Amino acid sequence: MNQALTVNDLTVRYGNGCSYCRDISNPLDKNRCPHCKSVWAVRNISFELYPSEILGIVGESGSGKTTLLRSLYFDIPATSGAAYLSGYSDGLVDIMGVSSQQKRIIRNSLLGMVYQNPTQGLLMDYSSSGNVAQKLIAAGSRNVGSMQDRANELLEHMQIPLGRVKEPPKQFSGGMQQRVQISKAIANNPPVLLLDEVTTGLDLSVQAKVLDLIRSVQKKLNIAIIIVSHDLAVIRMLSDRTIVMLDGGIVEHGLTDQIMEDPQHWFTQTLVHSLI
Amino acid sequence: MDESYNFAFLDEGSKREIRRAIIKAISLPGYQVPFGSRELPIGRGWGTGGLQVTLSIIGPEDTLKVIDQGSDDSVNAISIKKFISLTTGVGITEDSEEATLIQSRHRIPEIPLTDSQVLVLQVPTPEPLRGVERSLGAARQLHADKEYSSAWLMLYEQIMRYGRITLGADYPVLVDGRYVMAPSPIPRYDTLKLHNAECLYLFGAGREKMIYAVPPYTSVEPLDFEDYEFDIEDMGDRTCRLCGATGVYFDEMFDPQTGERHYQCSDTGFCSKNAQRGHTHEPGINSK
Ligand SMILES: Nc1ncnc2c1ncn2[C@@H]1O[C@H](COP(=O)(O)OP(=O)(O)OP(=O)(O)O)[C@@H](O)[C@H]1O
Ligand SMILES: [Mg+2]
Ligand SMILES: [Zn+2]
Repeated sequence: MNQALTVNDLTVRYGNGCSYCRDISNPLDKNRCPHCKSVWAVRNISFELYPSEILGIVGESGSGKTTLLRSLYFDIPATSGAAYLSGYSDGLVDIMGVSSQQKRIIRNSLLGMVYQNPTQGLLMDYSSSGNVAQKLIAAGSRNVGSMQDRANELLEHMQIPLGRVKEPPKQFSGGMQQRVQISKAIANNPPVLLLDEVTTGLDLSVQAKVLDLIRSVQKKLNIAIIIVSHDLAVIRMLSDRTIVMLDGGIVEHGLTDQIMEDPQHWFTQTLVHSLI
Repeated sequence: MDESYNFAFLDEGSKREIRRAIIKAISLPGYQVPFGSRELPIGRGWGTGGLQVTLSIIGPEDTLKVIDQGSDDSVNAISIKKFISLTTGVGITEDSEEATLIQSRHRIPEIPLTDSQVLVLQVPTPEPLRGVERSLGAARQLHADKEYSSAWLMLYEQIMRYGRITLGADYPVLVDGRYVMAPSPIPRYDTLKLHNAECLYLFGAGREKMIYAVPPYTSVEPLDFEDYEFDIEDMGDRTCRLCGATGVYFDEMFDPQTGERHYQCSDTGFCSKNAQRGHTHEPGINSK
């Protein structure tokens, strides 16, 4: 297969579900079951990510974007569905079904993740160098000198001054914290990078800088990226293709330009119109 | 021996349960086996974990040695000896070579132990990942997945901050290539004695209700890096002021009157035997 990542019918439910909501034909109250109150945060989502493309996922708050990324990164167990990574067993084995030890291996060497909230992705009291080294250690490196060199190289590329790599991220601005997260996420040259609201909460000028850096990383590493945002402006700037999510499902997908010019679904239309 | 107690104080059911935990621990070197820790007439934190292990495996033929930070005659060592002697009637010794069973806190004897000896170590905090993983449940999952990067990261951070690994006692080790284990607060000097040893090492944590083991001839490797290798405390050219030994683990004494520092063997049993023999040097496994 030539997709970097294939996701088939992925579902993530918070709560146990009941006979009512397990039947897909019964309507929910947005993503919530009116009977048992379980939340179907991601429901039957399928898509493909091609090598070295940037795929945008846009949707309003609560539509399931973070849940989707975190289940692909194995932070949250998927309720059902499958996913295949071309870098793992030639894309023939469902990574959702492998042992937790295998999942850690996949996560450490084939995936990178930047969390919406830097406190989830970084050890705030450890040095920034150590935060990057964590990913290198997890992938098996046992040489301090080469890890320090690699961390310096990545952090410098992300415009963290070398004089500050010993400082913990808690002393950094939000923009710098996100750049440390990106350095950490790409430390092992993973073929797939997951970015969750990487620019949310940053000043516009800082946002532009981070987006530039992401573009340069993509060019340099030829990495496939999923970037998630509630902000269509961010998605439009970066992504080749776009998926629009609503209440845990995909309502529209296609080339970003096409979606911007001719949105089909009423929700996408609202998003696009609010941009102008 | 006081006949009003069951042999070795614990009832037979408790001993059997603890022995089962010990057998499991021996089968899975370095793996922490939970057990139903019993109340003993000795405060927790005074080594009830080690004591329960000792009481469960001791037999009437055993010869027991109890040491506390190397010393045979600390208050703690003496009260444990009294208790075991009262409830079992076994012989007590200060000679590491004579003992079949040794219970210890914070030290492993200088003389290498043999395949007819068992060393029981008292453990205050059995979880080697406690510093890096707040929840014990999460730590158990990390052990299950053999995911130990956080332990190495802690060492990396020390190097970032201080230019070297500053960890002293209780230096984490990888046992049999599988589990990372806290060897209890023994000095780094003692850590290598766990590797491929002839004797059986048992570890008991009373408060945290865990037993673990390093069976004979098991590989025990301190966590380190290619370019920052594990090393033991440098004893320099220190000599024991009582027996003249060199290259052993020392306690440092400071005389506030004269301002002088002097050193004596931390292993008091070794020291007095060495002094009697008139030896000045006895090669432990760490001395070249
Ligand atoms: N741990 C949880 N337990 C129960 N429900 C949850 C949990 N986490 C998220 N949810 C619910 O799941 C749905 C999806 O949440 P998620 O955080 O994935 O959305 P999102 O698209 O990332 O939103 P945002 O744009 O605000 O980040 C929401 O309805 C949310 O309330
Ligand atoms: Mg989110
Ligand atoms: Zn329901």
